[in-house]
Amino acid sequence: MRARTMRELTYWQALQEALREEMSRDRRVFLMGEDIGVYGGAFGVTRGLLADFGPERVRCTPISEATIVGTAAGAALTGMRPVVEIMFMDFLTLAMDQLANHAAKFRYMYGPQACVPMVIRTPAGGGRCYGATHSQSLEAWFLHVPGLKVVAPATPADAKSLLIAAIRDDNPVLFVEHKLLYATTGPVPDGDHPVAIGEAAVPREGSDVTLVAYSYHAGIALQAAEELAARGIDAEVIDLRTLVPMDTETILASVRKTGRLVCIEEGTRSGGVGAEIAARVAESAYEYLDAPIRRIATPDVPIPFSPPLEQAALPKADDIVRTVEEMGVR
Amino acid sequence: MTPAATPLPNTAEARRILYLLALIRAFEERVLKLVSDGSIRGTTHPYVGQEAVAVGSCLPLQTEDFIVSTHRGHGHLLAKGGDPNRLMAELFGKATGYGGGKGGTQHMADFAVGHLGSNGITGGGIPIGTGAALSAQMQGSDQVVVIFFGDGAANQGTFHESLNLAAVWRLPAVYVCENNLYAMSTPIRDVCPIDNISDRAAAYGMPGVHVDGMDVLTVASAVRTAIDRARAGRGPSLIECKTYRFLGHSKSDQRLYRHKDEEAAWRERDPIARFRQTMIEHGLASAADLDSVARDALAAVDAAVEFARSSAFPEPQALTEGVFAGTNHA
Repeated sequence: MRARTMRELTYWQALQEALREEMSRDRRVFLMGEDIGVYGGAFGVTRGLLADFGPERVRCTPISEATIVGTAAGAALTGMRPVVEIMFMDFLTLAMDQLANHAAKFRYMYGPQACVPMVIRTPAGGGRCYGATHSQSLEAWFLHVPGLKVVAPATPADAKSLLIAAIRDDNPVLFVEHKLLYATTGPVPDGDHPVAIGEAAVPREGSDVTLVAYSYHAGIALQAAEELAARGIDAEVIDLRTLVPMDTETILASVRKTGRLVCIEEGTRSGGVGAEIAARVAESAYEYLDAPIRRIATPDVPIPFSPPLEQAALPKADDIVRTVEEMGVR
Repeated sequence: MTPAATPLPNTAEARRILYLLALIRAFEERVLKLVSDGSIRGTTHPYVGQEAVAVGSCLPLQTEDFIVSTHRGHGHLLAKGGDPNRLMAELFGKATGYGGGKGGTQHMADFAVGHLGSNGITGGGIPIGTGAALSAQMQGSDQVVVIFFGDGAANQGTFHESLNLAAVWRLPAVYVCENNLYAMSTPIRDVCPIDNISDRAAAYGMPGVHVDGMDVLTVASAVRTAIDRARAGRGPSLIECKTYRFLGHSKSDQRLYRHKDEEAAWRERDPIARFRQTMIEHGLASAADLDSVARDALAAVDAAVEFARSSAFPEPQALTEGVFAGTNHA
């Protein structure tokens, strides 16, 4: 096997590379979304693709989220592999019927003749003062839709690998991109570098406490782990990478080792991803827990605009450090 | 757009048309009995009275052309060449049904005959069919898609979004509105301020016609014109078929919202009696021929019931199977 060349790419460049490579490899792959052509998408991920692939395969749509997603599902049912961009995750509310009642259920209702290979990419999260309808992290909702995979990578390398995996998957995949990640950089190997959907990463091993996070907050958890290390606490960080299917085994193995669990997410607290993780651990590794499971999330409020209020709402590394210290490690 | 003059079918074609009309009628009447006696659980939305729309619309289609159906979909599936045995078995919830019993009355498909699925959400199938038309266009396949929906669905956002998108992209789609005058119990005149839903086509820059939906040849002629246009790359059309469901919305409907006189007047326009009359008048069949077609239809329904009754229910493990398509594409 030849040595892989690593390059330093931004998260958005890594995503674009995945789109470019898959569109070149497979004629059935095409893009649909609002302002994804000359404008390049609201966050620039598709800039340049219209010039390279043409308007047939980089399709700018009207502002019609339900029909964008439904049309993608219909195209996927009949042999195409669409990749949709929904400009802000908040706008998925407009397409919820097509996603939850149709795309996600066709396989189960119609049987093996039906297969829905489509990807919905969408920018999520706050931190940019966009206010309550342009800042949400709604991924927890989609854990409740059987038939839908949910992917939320944290690094440029995983962004590329998992987007390729999502495009090649024969199921509808919701691909969550935190807005604060687009400009971040990291090493990305050349060419295909497959990461299976459904496998968590452990970017930092530790023995005292398990921090489970994903997307932007995987990085925040790593920052917190460094601060904890300076205070003599050895944290293990799990980057879930995929929420559905969830890599429960990796979480359980870690908790059996550390005896403490903190779940971190940017979505609101009640009914969140952390609640699901906590339930799974309580069901399967309760006897290993040395402290109650803790959740760190946005409180149950809409995301406020006012910059200091927004910052107060969103989970921070300090919140993680303080929480772990409260758990009485050592 | 004015429908072309209605050409008469030859004897064999006429027999086939009458057979399909009679099959749908007999099938639906039997299903109602089976629902009443508890053999079929759940609900059903009978197509009795509207048979000419499904049969007339599917008449000009090739097997590889697609249709997208509705909650009132048994007639569409039979008209497109679906198997009455597998349809009935699905209604019984049996493993031999179209979806292995997991879909039920509102959720089944037969891709092999170009049926992309019935749909339990009013207006939900409109974007799906639009996506199939996009596939056909992108693949250069020469296929067209007929998308059925009711007057109620014409007030959903998906109607507006999809017709607009299809017109902008000149997709090979034919939107067939079955205006049976009532969205469940709500009269269309109370929820639509214009006389003809087909007039809305003007807003999308596509042809729109309204036709007598009780006359199978008139429907076929209008759909044929629209299909020819679609295949020629000239884009979508909207066809409104004025029709009437002779029975209630679903099994529990007492029909308190409409008058017996109105029902009787529409019964006078029964599409099957009308087509039988056409056949006799034009020497396409004798009275004996007509009776033999009716007997064939009843025999097919008897066979379907026997098939469904003698089939097994799904194995318990089917519950969790088929949520996701199994393997990734290479």
